[in-house]
Amino acid sequence: MENDSSYGQILRLPKRKLSARQNLAAPAERPVLTDVFPSLPTDPAATGFVLALLRDADGPILWVQDYLSRQENGQLYTPGLRALGVDHAVLQVTVSHPRDVLWAMEEGAACAGLSAVIGEIYGGPAALSFVATKRLALRAEGSGVPVYLIRSGDPGGLSAARARWRVASIPSEPHAHDTHSPGHPQWEAELFRARGRPPGRWIARHDPKAVRTADRFRLVPRPDDGTVEADDVPVSDRSGG
Amino acid sequence: MTSQYRTGPGDNVPVALSRDGPHGPVLHSINHAAHARGMQPGERVVDAQAIHPDLQVEPADLDGDHALMQRLMYWTRRWCPWTVQDADDGLALDVTGAAHLFGGPAGLLRDICQRFAMQGLTARVAMAPTRGAARALARYDPDLTICTGRDVAHHLAPLPVIALGLDQATTRLLTRLGLKTIGALADMPRVSLMRRFADLAVDRNPLILLDRALGRAPDPLNAPPDRPYFIARARLAEPVIDPVPHLKGLVEDLCTQLAQAEQGARHMRLTIYRIDSEYRTVQLGTARASRDPAHMLRLFDGKLVRMDPGFGFDLLTLEATRVEPVSLTQERLDGQPDSDADIAGLLDRLTARLGKDKVTWPTWTQTHKPERVEGRVPALTAAPAAPPALPRERPLRLLSPAEEVHVIYSVPEGPPSQFRWRRVVYKSARHAGPERIAPEWWLDRPSTRLRDYYKVEVQGGRRFWLYREGLLHDGRGGAPRWFLHGFFI
Repeated sequence: MENDSSYGQILRLPKRKLSARQNLAAPAERPVLTDVFPSLPTDPAATGFVLALLRDADGPILWVQDYLSRQENGQLYTPGLRALGVDHAVLQVTVSHPRDVLWAMEEGAACAGLSAVIGEIYGGPAALSFVATKRLALRAEGSGVPVYLIRSGDPGGLSAARARWRVASIPSEPHAHDTHSPGHPQWEAELFRARGRPPGRWIARHDPKAVRTADRFRLVPRPDDGTVEADDVPVSDRSGG
Repeated sequence: MTSQYRTGPGDNVPVALSRDGPHGPVLHSINHAAHARGMQPGERVVDAQAIHPDLQVEPADLDGDHALMQRLMYWTRRWCPWTVQDADDGLALDVTGAAHLFGGPAGLLRDICQRFAMQGLTARVAMAPTRGAARALARYDPDLTICTGRDVAHHLAPLPVIALGLDQATTRLLTRLGLKTIGALADMPRVSLMRRFADLAVDRNPLILLDRALGRAPDPLNAPPDRPYFIARARLAEPVIDPVPHLKGLVEDLCTQLAQAEQGARHMRLTIYRIDSEYRTVQLGTARASRDPAHMLRLFDGKLVRMDPGFGFDLLTLEATRVEPVSLTQERLDGQPDSDADIAGLLDRLTARLGKDKVTWPTWTQTHKPERVEGRVPALTAAPAAPPALPRERPLRLLSPAEEVHVIYSVPEGPPSQFRWRRVVYKSARHAGPERIAPEWWLDRPSTRLRDYYKVEVQGGRRFWLYREGLLHDGRGGAPRWFLHGFFI
């Protein structure tokens, strides 16, 4: 009986999927085009999620908004960025048509001096086609600038984005000193399509005041998302045959 | 300094411009009505306003005046090649050998007066054999405009001594000595004048200035060189419709000229001259001075389709209307691209295509009102500013203007328990606040109401920034209204 080996009893440890062990909070090694869909049209969770993904860099951020997303989601308020630990200068481009947003993002994605390009397009217009996203993705990979596309009010068409997230606000963490106040924000993040890693669902937590950069953004597996395989069998059973 | 959209006061209202003096503001210049009432430039503003309560005073824009005089100085080179600025408010032109081109001295002076009047400026003009005499006659003798060689001394004699360009102290001294006019000064023995003013500098010495005005001492006019002017032209044998094939040659020509002068263009203007005597222009700005032909060509992408060529055009010009010195720069030795140059190029391309006001950096103002804290400046004209430290948590997104919401609360001064925004009802789960934001006391008007801001987390998890405008029974309007102002992440 292997359970009574000379080294003691063998415990039945569940075998974990690769996705749960990967450090998903760290962004991909190569900067790519990332699509982020808020679950509700006016939910700012997607914006917070994108800002939490940003890495520390010297260059400015290019932020492009079209008219509808300015009306529906509100304007970016840069004093609020400081609270999130984002110290980059923000070059803001406000245009009316999604076509101009895509053009400006493509120009920015080709400019290696920027630290990120963030674009917002509302409502999934025809201009935001597969070809447009493919162009953005190729530019981003060519220059090494991460490009994020916040697509609010968008059912989610075909896209060449290397990672596609769906983000929703959920009740925040308890406040450390005041039970009636909201604490650090939490989001439910679902990676529903990605290249080179399996999809999954996580709870994303953002604490901009954490001392270590790696602690500021964490993806925590949900208890019910099946990261532990259902047909889990002890290692000993497999090897024993 | 005044807005160009304000209508000016009538001619009979005294108006003065003020500048800072040693003991408070003094009158810098005055209009005819103020002059007729007996005011003098250099008088203190408080004294003048005490005597004339209806005097309107505006601050003078001295730098703007100086820039305008410099531009006028170059513009007056249309009449003669040598022009120079004379004091703060004068121009000296050496028209030797140029007057016959405009129909003689009288025709020249008439042309000058007309062309200044066309620009909305009043000019007082005089012509004399010496620069000093012309200066004195233009400023102090309103009747005479042309004075020929022989009678300079005769015409100058009745003018006050200050007309020679003396400073206040010397003028006061001469007046005390009884030498009030140039004639009286000229009649004095030279030796005694020389002995009395031996310690004065050349440009303040009355004897030397008198000699210059009367032509006994040389007084050359030291005109600054013309500003460099960079223009590339393409003359076509036949009228054409499409400017694009000619643009490359123009840009390369302009860049060669700029490279020879070690300059770079900050602002460019492309003009097509149509065969129906019309012209059309396209203007471009750059974030930093550039003379890279490929970069300039990219900036013109998509700008030329909006130019209406009509029946064709046969002349194109490309001017660099604003230039800045650019020296050759060292590329980075490790082969990495220069990120600053990269971003400057990006700014140029975005601005050229989308417009100046669409591409902006943030600026910050010290104010209590959250929506006024952040401003926007065109990225071509300014550099990004470092943000100030904020004492309180602020939302990431702001609705502008704030949208009114319908709120149900348990106590009037308390937080909302439920609100309706854009036809959706949200129930409050947790809240933080209130944070009271009132306008600064110097902006507080009887109708201004303070705001109480709440950060509200609704059931389901979204976090809003709401405020209540005013308090119940604060005497500044009816029941307080609620607004949704922003979103937290």
